[in-house]
Amino acid sequence: MAKITLKDLSHSYLTKQSSDADWALKGVDINWEDGGAYALLGPSGCGKTTLLNIISGLLKPTKGEILFDDRDVTALNPVERDIAQIFQFPVIYDTMSVYDNLAFPLKNRGLSKTEIDAKVKEIGEMLELTSTLNNKAAGLTADGKQKISLGRGLVRSDVNVIMFDEPLTVIDPHLKWVLRSKLKELHQKINRTMIYVTHDQIEALTFADQVVVMHEGQIVQTGTPVELFEKPKHTFVGHFIGSPGMNILPCEIENGQINFEGKILPNNTSIKKLNFSKTQVGIRPEFINFSDEGIEVKIKRVSNTGRHKVIDTECSSGIIKILTNASAEIPSDNAHITFDQKYTYVYGDDWIIE
Amino acid sequence: MNKTPNQKAWLFVIPVFALVAFNAVVPLMTVVNYSFQETFGSNVFQWEGTRWFKEILHSERFHASLGRQFIFTFIILLIQLPLGIAIALTMPKKGWGVPVCLILMSMPLLIPWNVVGAMWNIFALPDIGFLGNSLNSLGFDYNFTQQSGDAWFTTILMDVWHWTSLVVLLSYAGLNSIQPAYYQAAEIDGASRWDIFRYIELPKMKKVLTLAILLRFMDSFMIYTEPFVLTGGGPGNATNFLSLDLVKMALGQFDLGPAAAMSLIYFLIVLLMCWVFYSLMMKDEGRT
Repeated sequence: MAKITLKDLSHSYLTKQSSDADWALKGVDINWEDGGAYALLGPSGCGKTTLLNIISGLLKPTKGEILFDDRDVTALNPVERDIAQIFQFPVIYDTMSVYDNLAFPLKNRGLSKTEIDAKVKEIGEMLELTSTLNNKAAGLTADGKQKISLGRGLVRSDVNVIMFDEPLTVIDPHLKWVLRSKLKELHQKINRTMIYVTHDQIEALTFADQVVVMHEGQIVQTGTPVELFEKPKHTFVGHFIGSPGMNILPCEIENGQINFEGKILPNNTSIKKLNFSKTQVGIRPEFINFSDEGIEVKIKRVSNTGRHKVIDTECSSGIIKILTNASAEIPSDNAHITFDQKYTYVYGDDWIIE
Repeated sequence: MNKTPNQKAWLFVIPVFALVAFNAVVPLMTVVNYSFQETFGSNVFQWEGTRWFKEILHSERFHASLGRQFIFTFIILLIQLPLGIAIALTMPKKGWGVPVCLILMSMPLLIPWNVVGAMWNIFALPDIGFLGNSLNSLGFDYNFTQQSGDAWFTTILMDVWHWTSLVVLLSYAGLNSIQPAYYQAAEIDGASRWDIFRYIELPKMKKVLTLAILLRFMDSFMIYTEPFVLTGGGPGNATNFLSLDLVKMALGQFDLGPAAAMSLIYFLIVLLMCWVFYSLMMKDEGRT
């Protein structure tokens, strides 16, 4: 059990770095509290697996330090760090039984037979594997196998952190939900620090208390699921979280106010800095309403998802998506829309202006 | 789902059928035909029933060459498999070393069999061959043309040199298909190097190793050209393996009937052994 601190962590897979693009991680700083449930969220290639492998010790970072509590573990290997990691696809020892699979990490750490037996049975129970303990692991289904990989991490009482690298990728959709709830439940039961890497926002948002959103090797925002949804600090978070993502459209800043489509939008604060190469206004589809006045748009397409309607509208700056409930009346051709002032943000060079 | 019967498909099978008939079925049936008859040439045949089979099965000469054949195959499998796996484990996984190793490993496999035999014959000659001469100057009394132990040693060494690469390449392919996550998980679980080999690498290589054993069994059990060129089955009958003996009987003595019966018994032994190997190694696969 440990608090995890990452200090200015950078990593490159190349021996010589000439440009910014050669870095897989660019100066990551994180403080994770002991016993928390965290998610690393981002698209493929954003550096989240690299970061995970650095925390577990499978990779040595090019620059920066990793602290578990206040101990510097940067130079230690995975065994010395006492971590557990669950991979994208189930990693099991085919020739061993389920029981031996779970006992393996304990055996390697020299525990006595009785200790191992008690621990394996406890974890087997927790993961509902008791009836299959004596079966060959290779004969199990994908979710059963993934439970074994998970079990090998949980069985050790000394782990500082349990890491999940997109663990539900190969699991059938209807079982994903079951396993995810199981993970959440386990987290509450054993109260260990857990880090969950995924590109699936639903997985991240349902699992974690704090979600770290990564983009091109950088952390763009850390926050609760609600914060990420209601106040994206970077246009990427706006795009990536939510379905459909945030509307982000070019705008002008005039006298500390937002000028969008020739109209001044009400804004919470007055905007000071002006030296950006681009300024954009961001508003989530959920916070746009039809009204009698406001921005003029043309309705292009309405798609009904069952519970919601997604309306694509067009104005001269581009497409604006609007989300309404399924029963809402939609104007037929031309309409006026207004933005909810509380959730309208301005982004300068992709970062929020506050 | 209902399949619609389409008898036209048979048309497409006919060419393959004809081809297989001419290169396998017809020759094999000719051998079967010979095995029940006696001939003195001039296309005159006389029915002998199962006489040749009985004779071969009770012949000491056949027992001796079959015994030699089993011992030879057993020894080379015992050497080549562990050695092949060991070499594959030490080969680099990336970088410039990969192509270098692969080319080095493929080279013995690309050399024609009779050339291998000739090479080793010269290489091992006790007076002028590098191997033979070196061994003798080191104080060993080595002469593969006269001492049966030396002949066996040279034949086995030649086969190991020629064919271990096949096991290496197959094992290497098997090792390379193991996902890095398995090694990472083992590292996290605190597994020793031996554990990794025993619980990850070996089980994951099972299929390619089955293939390697089958191929090496069949090839070594039917070995002909290399020992023919190297020792000619000698000295005496020391390295007279089954196929060498068969050819001596069929072409040397022109005993076509007994030779045909021997070929069929030989063929059935190879088939039976392959089946036994395969079913033993694949025993667990059906259950998973």
